[in-house]
Amino acid sequence: MIRLRNICFSYAGREILDNLDMDIEASDRIGLLGANGCGKTTLCHIIMGLLTPTSGIVEILGKPMVSESDFAQIRGKIGFMFQDSDDQLFCPTVIEDVAFGPLNLGQTPEEARKTVRRTLKTLRLDGFEDRITYKLSGGEKRLVSMATVLAMEPEFLILDEPTTGLDEKTTETLIDILKESDLGYMIISHDRQFVKKMADKLLQMKDGKVCPSDWNNMKM
Amino acid sequence: MEMEEFAAGDSWVHKLDPRVKILITLIFSIVVALNNHVSMVAISLILPVSLIICARLDFRPLLVRLGIVNGFILFLWLFLPFTTPGEIIYTLGPLTVQREGIHQALLITVKSNSIVLMAIAMLGTSTIFTLVHALSHLYVPDKLVHLFFFCFRYIHVIREEYFRLSNAMKIRGFRPRTNMHTYRSYSYLVGMLLVRSFDRSARILQAMKCRGFRSRFYILHHYEMKSHDYAVALSSAAFSAFILVFI
Repeated sequence: MIRLRNICFSYAGREILDNLDMDIEASDRIGLLGANGCGKTTLCHIIMGLLTPTSGIVEILGKPMVSESDFAQIRGKIGFMFQDSDDQLFCPTVIEDVAFGPLNLGQTPEEARKTVRRTLKTLRLDGFEDRITYKLSGGEKRLVSMATVLAMEPEFLILDEPTTGLDEKTTETLIDILKESDLGYMIISHDRQFVKKMADKLLQMKDGKVCPSDWNNMKM
Repeated sequence: MEMEEFAAGDSWVHKLDPRVKILITLIFSIVVALNNHVSMVAISLILPVSLIICARLDFRPLLVRLGIVNGFILFLWLFLPFTTPGEIIYTLGPLTVQREGIHQALLITVKSNSIVLMAIAMLGTSTIFTLVHALSHLYVPDKLVHLFFFCFRYIHVIREEYFRLSNAMKIRGFRPRTNMHTYRSYSYLVGMLLVRSFDRSARILQAMKCRGFRSRFYILHHYEMKSHDYAVALSSAAFSAFILVFI
């Protein structure tokens, strides 16, 4: 589904990604670990086309991604949840925010409304439609962000630090939701318990590269 | 300051079709702005005041808003009566008060208040998002509509960042005084605010792009004109026409 070849990226004179190769299948359930500032978020932004690598090839669904319009076509297929929910939610009410993606993908307002209702239901957020987004609690914001991503019915999810600042109960809800869906995903997280529960495949980022890892050599 | 403090409510004024609200406000403002009779402009106050009463708005925040507007107008009262040439009605040392100046100042005061009240009664009773939608329904160019919406959205974001930063200063014992330390800290605050808001706005745009945003807003709520929308539109238009006759 996603193929990265020889990706280099430097920022402010610092080499963040160095000839990085990566292959992701649509059914993969990946946990990506790595130290702070090692380039995990940068990697995700490159996959989503939000950053352009200094060199290298990004291939999604077999097609090389060259321009912004290539990425615009596939963004509906890969759902990306930002680290900070306040960046993700920008409409005043939950229903408008969740409907934003589906409307962009060409659904009619009527269809979008149905999608919103269905998505909120799977996330146990029934009745949240008219809540004001910036007055939600931290956990609710995270779940609504998740809803905005899932409402686009993506084929793969990339979640950047999904459990930061969540209490156990909300984390459990998130785990249930991900386990129930048959979507593949890549989770970036420092929350080892969470990654252990969620990932079949462990990757580690080090020195600008991604390498396979397992729990035995992750004892830091 | 609450940003959309008048928007919550369920009176018939709140429920009016936002397109009607925008058009009425526009027509009314033009007609009032063009009128040069203090008495006619004073009569024009009837419409916004009765709409505000029907909308059952809180008087206290309303007065605060009017206070801001009239704060600016106060400056006109400091200058206009003394500088506009006309019939002298009072001499105050080297200064002379002229009838023309008083008339001008009074006219501007009543006009501004009338227009501001109308804007509060009509535009203030809708959320910004509704107005944005209504503007696109009225075929206002997309670029202008986006500009309007993001101005609002980012003012909100900057405000939140400001509170976060100033709280961070407070919990470390910062108290503003008249000294270099205070000035420097405030300039850091403003600088940080700009940089952070810029970064955040970039991230918001990225998040929007990830959800398929291609510089176009689609509308979730569609509007339908109901009989009371037509009634209000017609009667307000008639009232504006009445004021127009006496221009």
